[in-house]
Amino acid sequence: MPDLLIELFSEEIPARMQGKAASDLQKLVTDGLVEAGLTYKSAAAFSTPRRLTLSVEDLLAESKPVREERKGPKVGAPDQAIDGFLRGAGVTRDDLEIRDDKKGQVYFAVIKKPGRMAADIIAEILEKSIRNFPWPKSMRWGTGTLKWVRPLHSVLCILTGEAGAEVVPLDIDGITSGNTTRGHRFLSPDVFSVTSFEDYEAKLKRAHVMLRADERADMIWNDATNQAFALGLEVVEDRGLLTEVAGLVEWPVVLLGQIDPSFYELPDEVLQTSMKEHQKFFSVRNAKTGQIERFVTVANTVTADNGATILKGNQKVLFARLSDAQFFWENDLRIANAGMQPWLDSLSNVTFHNKLGTQKDRIDRIVALASEIAPLVGADVAEAAEAARVAKADLSSEMVYEFPELQGLMGRKYASKAGLSDAIAAAAQEHYSPLGPSDDVPTAPVSVAVSLADKLDTLTGFWTIDEKPTGSKDPFALRRAALGVIRLILENDIKTELKAELRQAIKENAGAAYFQEALKEDLAFAATQGLEFYRQEAFKTYNNDLAVSEDLLSFFHDRLKVYLKDQGIRHDIIDACIAMEGSDDLTLLVKRAKALAATLATDDGENLIQGFKRANNILTKEEAKDGVEYSYGADPKHAQHDSERALFVALDEADKVIAPAMAAQDFGTAMTAMAALRGPIDAFFTDVQVNADQQVVRRNRLNLLSRIRKTCLGVADLTRIDG
Amino acid sequence: MADKPRSFQEIILRLQNYWAANGCAILQPYDMEVGAGTFHPATTLRALGNKPWAAAYVQPSRRPTDGRYGENPNRLQHYYQYQVIIKPSPTDLQALYLGSLEAIGIDASMHDLRFVEDDWESPTLGAWGLGWEVWCDGMEVSQFTYFQQVGGHDCKPVSGELTYGLERLAMYVLECDHVMDMPFNDPDAVTAMTYGDVFLQTEQEYARWNFDVADTDTLLQHFKDAEAECGRILAMPADDPKTGRRIIMAHPAYDQCIKASHVFNLLDARGVISVTERQAYIGRVRTLAKACADAFVQTTAGGFSA
Repeated sequence: MPDLLIELFSEEIPARMQGKAASDLQKLVTDGLVEAGLTYKSAAAFSTPRRLTLSVEDLLAESKPVREERKGPKVGAPDQAIDGFLRGAGVTRDDLEIRDDKKGQVYFAVIKKPGRMAADIIAEILEKSIRNFPWPKSMRWGTGTLKWVRPLHSVLCILTGEAGAEVVPLDIDGITSGNTTRGHRFLSPDVFSVTSFEDYEAKLKRAHVMLRADERADMIWNDATNQAFALGLEVVEDRGLLTEVAGLVEWPVVLLGQIDPSFYELPDEVLQTSMKEHQKFFSVRNAKTGQIERFVTVANTVTADNGATILKGNQKVLFARLSDAQFFWENDLRIANAGMQPWLDSLSNVTFHNKLGTQKDRIDRIVALASEIAPLVGADVAEAAEAARVAKADLSSEMVYEFPELQGLMGRKYASKAGLSDAIAAAAQEHYSPLGPSDDVPTAPVSVAVSLADKLDTLTGFWTIDEKPTGSKDPFALRRAALGVIRLILENDIKTELKAELRQAIKENAGAAYFQEALKEDLAFAATQGLEFYRQEAFKTYNNDLAVSEDLLSFFHDRLKVYLKDQGIRHDIIDACIAMEGSDDLTLLVKRAKALAATLATDDGENLIQGFKRANNILTKEEAKDGVEYSYGADPKHAQHDSERALFVALDEADKVIAPAMAAQDFGTAMTAMAALRGPIDAFFTDVQVNADQQVVRRNRLNLLSRIRKTCLGVADLTRIDG
Repeated sequence: MADKPRSFQEIILRLQNYWAANGCAILQPYDMEVGAGTFHPATTLRALGNKPWAAAYVQPSRRPTDGRYGENPNRLQHYYQYQVIIKPSPTDLQALYLGSLEAIGIDASMHDLRFVEDDWESPTLGAWGLGWEVWCDGMEVSQFTYFQQVGGHDCKPVSGELTYGLERLAMYVLECDHVMDMPFNDPDAVTAMTYGDVFLQTEQEYARWNFDVADTDTLLQHFKDAEAECGRILAMPADDPKTGRRIIMAHPAYDQCIKASHVFNLLDARGVISVTERQAYIGRVRTLAKACADAFVQTTAGGFSA
């Protein structure tokens, strides 16, 4: 069976897009092949800066013929009906067969699709794949209309069978397929032809192109670490950078360069960030001292002087970059050593959001909130307030202006230089965390207090001005902030009533100048117009802490559902617990949900739900019919059956356990007691008919069902459980 | 191996000769203050419409905020860009570009030349394109862009645009560490001059004026005047009552757009534009650029045919 080789050769593809592009090419083409009936044994895709390559092994040489039958109208049906059928089936009247059916004679269309040669199918699929390729950004060039990531120059497409290789003919906007490609842009620019994937890969290597990205990455990493090791140095690992650099070269040549020792005083992170972001250099560390002393750059070519000129140029560029960084660092240190006040002052000139005031306004709110939260998380109030005050100071520093990704980290260094405590310095860095679902959650009390205050201020602020996330749009990363709050609370086991904290934060926000101004304007307008309703609306709009906190709390509950779902807890279980009192204490809420999940996982628990639902359904229906609520007065003296009497006893027993357990927040005990009702409830429904003829008996039984409902709902809102 | 140029002007002359030999019309700089070579109507306007175009030119460019009184080794408020624009972009544009580096003494067999992703966008011109910054041994030496849109119009056909930062490129080729030390003319000439001999004093004068002296009220008025004049020009009917010809004044209108853009840059350097206002000013210039583009495509040079 033949093998297929495709190469799409273009001008330089951005490194960050190459990996996905290779797998997209594989998926588009192989899905198309399979859909067209061409199965294959294996496929693999590759990328370099100038090419996407797909190799498919052992492909069917042609697709199998397909025969399909379709039942049509009855013989003698109106012509319109028959014509419609012919059109739908794509056949002519001559192709119809008449067969006997239960109801008489019926037309059958027999549709035969002959098998197609692989080359025809491939040409069609490849053209479609190229035209519909999912590049994140694509462009036109010259006079053409075709879009590709950068100008596409050639398409290699061959089928290699026993008889040799054949070009799959194809023409896309004037680009004709062939069996040729070219090597490295500078080292081996000549065109050459290939006969198979093995031939292609081997010839590319001779033409200074390493086809496989992982091979290039391995080569870079091994060569870099070997060269460093020989000098007693180690390369700082960076997988992301390695992948990117492997996507910038076809023929990697590792060069080890020097950092001028005058830059050693710069923090490691600054050296690393500057070299990585601007120059794509790896940092190389002295294994003994930890000092970053050298760098690795990866060239895309070999030269007669073994890269000496290239290295000299790169060192010169680095020198200029690091001179800038040093200039920033020295300027920053002067301000940090003197206590950072100019930075704090300048934050009042930086707008955070035009409706939420300046960074300074925001910091004042975070200070107030962090002071409120401090006692709840075991932090010193004054220390938390001070930490909040300086947490954003580094945003005004020159270094963070130049390298925004160093925010927090520089804050920590500068806070230490300013003579502040370790806890305060740590908070300057850690209060941004957690940034994502896998990021570490801070545990130091001062950091936790500032982090919570920061996130709660962001959330309540944007909620107050009605800038909530919608659908896929979340420009202020509010979902991430809410998840951060949830993880901070749960992972630090903090007991807090979120509602109170939210209202406090909203109050801080509503005290912001913008709101006061807006309220004042609206009130003035209402006064001049004598509009009482407008005055009330204004108060509602700018003093709506209750409505906002309720809405925001339900947002937290939604995020919590997502978070717990990832931990295997069903959304209906969480709903059943959210409906209970005190669900703004997230730690408590999660304990309750976990206990309920554990209970429902048992046989008793699962069946209890059925019993509860049955009781609740009957009761709801009868209450609706009778127009009364059967909520009181079940009396064992009207019980007529042993199972009925047993249920009374069981409910008494359960209530005795559940009430104190719930009061002690011992959900496990309460739920076990509730689940133990399963047997008596099942027996009751088996042996007793609720709607007895005798009204006294019927009412007593309905009141008994009501006791089941009351007992169970005291534990969790089981009506919300699915199934 | 290519022989090395010896002065700043020799690099410019070699580029001029190279692109002339490769079919470009060598134009002269535009006679107005602009922030970059792209602003020259030979690029901005000629990238529009369906008529072929090939031009190369030096463009003096001004970025008032980058002034450092001539002290910074590579920052200047006035500098030169070399600009090449070819429509439609030829298939071998990358090779042509590499040939131009060879012409100024950058030997591809000794250096590491790389095309690194860099998408270009000009919010003031309502323009964007895809391409690269070109690295030579880790240093950015040019910007290489395939224009996709200008003034809100799709570029059909697509123009290829090359921009060389001449001082930086020359400092690299001539191995100078400070721009002011770079030989401007032949170092063996009777009157050998450095870049500093030509521009150090002007850098100081302009830095002082840009940062501290330029009258902001006057500038604000200039901005408004240019904006108004641009609108007035474009509001004129296409048919000229005097000559009886159809004359749409796209270029005079675009001059006002250029003027507004430069005045905005000056105001920015004077520090009188806040972060929020910035966006609004950029938006106002873009509105002018779009209106000029709309007008240009109604002209003969812009591909209009009655």
